[in-house]
Order: sequence, then C-alpha cells, then structure tokens
Amino acid sequence: MKNRLKVLRAERDWTQAQLANALEVSRQTINAIETGKFDPSLPLAFKAARLFELTIEEIFQDEA
Amino acid sequence: MNELASKTGDWKARTRKSTRRLAYWTLAWTLSMAVAAFGPIFLWSDNNLITALAIFINLAMGIGMITANKRHLDGLDELQKKVALEAMALALGVGIVFGLGYSLIEVTHLLPLKAQISHLVILVSLTYLVGTILGNRRYK
Repeated sequence: MKNRLKVLRAERDWTQAQLANALEVSRQTINAIETGKFDPSLPLAFKAARLFELTIEEIFQDEA
Repeated sequence: MNELASKTGDWKARTRKSTRRLAYWTLAWTLSMAVAAFGPIFLWSDNNLITALAIFINLAMGIGMITANKRHLDGLDELQKKVALEAMALALGVGIVFGLGYSLIEVTHLLPLKAQISHLVILVSLTYLVGTILGNRRYK
C-alpha cells in the first residue's frame, strides 16, 4: 500500500515525532508506515485522515 | 505547529509510565523470588510459616507483574503490538520445541543432563529478547 504521509507531513512542516504524538503511536511506527514497511490499521488510517482533514483514499492508495 | 500541538495526546508519557510500572513489578517479583528461594537457607532457617508467607508474597508480586504486563501491552501502538506478538510466538515455539526436546534427552538418558525449569525460563526469555530486537530492526 502506497501513502502520502511523508509529503503531507512535510507540507505542514511537522516532524515524525510530532505526527507520532498526534496519532498516539511511536515515531518508529510513523517511519515504518512512511517507508512502506508497515500498513496501518483502519482506525489508525481514519485517525490520520481526520488529522490531515482528508479522506483515507487521499492519503493511502492500493498498489494493486 | 500549534494546531498539531493542540491535537497531541499524552500517549508517549502514558507508555513511558506503563513501561516503568512493569519494570518495578518485575523487579519486585524477582526480588521476592530470591527471598523465597534463599530466605529459608540464609535468613530464617527453615521456618515453614515464614517460607509459606514468602511464597505467597512472591505469587502476589507475580500477579501484579502479569497485570502490569497486560496493561503495558494494551498501551502499545499497533506496530509495537505486532513486534511483541511475533516475539512471543517465537519464544513460545522455541520454548515448547526445545524445552520438550531437552526434557526428552534427560528422560531417555541420551546425555547425562539434569533438566531444570530455570533453563527453560532462560531460553524463553532470551528468545523473546532476540525476537524483540529482530522485530524492531525489521521495522526500523
């Protein structure tokens, strides 16, 4: 699954640690999602969408 | 930045607190285990009442540690839970397979070994530790 988390975070000038704290996860988790090593659960994806005020599809895209 | 700060929870602080709480309970359980094991020999010379009390305290500390561990796991994020689950699965598998294999060696007198529960505990603990390190490295 591809995602635009890194781009969206950079646009807002947020660090990984700040985003991690806002989503109540570790910085390691943000990094793993950004690098595509880990796919977030649906609740976490919704939380990210709410934070960025976007839809889930605008952040996460299926690679298939 | 301020917008994000306002949305920021205290997850990190809560996780740190639950980790510290787990460490305290684990330390208390370990110390109570040492007291229950060595107390009858070095401290109260085989007084059964005190020994029973020491074992009861050890069990109570163990329950506290289990509860603290459960709370700690509940507080982890989903990636950390995944790493912990994979490490626990590895530790359980290695513990059962190698523990029973080790026991078989003793039962069948293949080698002059005296299997002890402490060996199994050490094996499971080290396997869990290695599993956690490998899991964290994989998602780094």
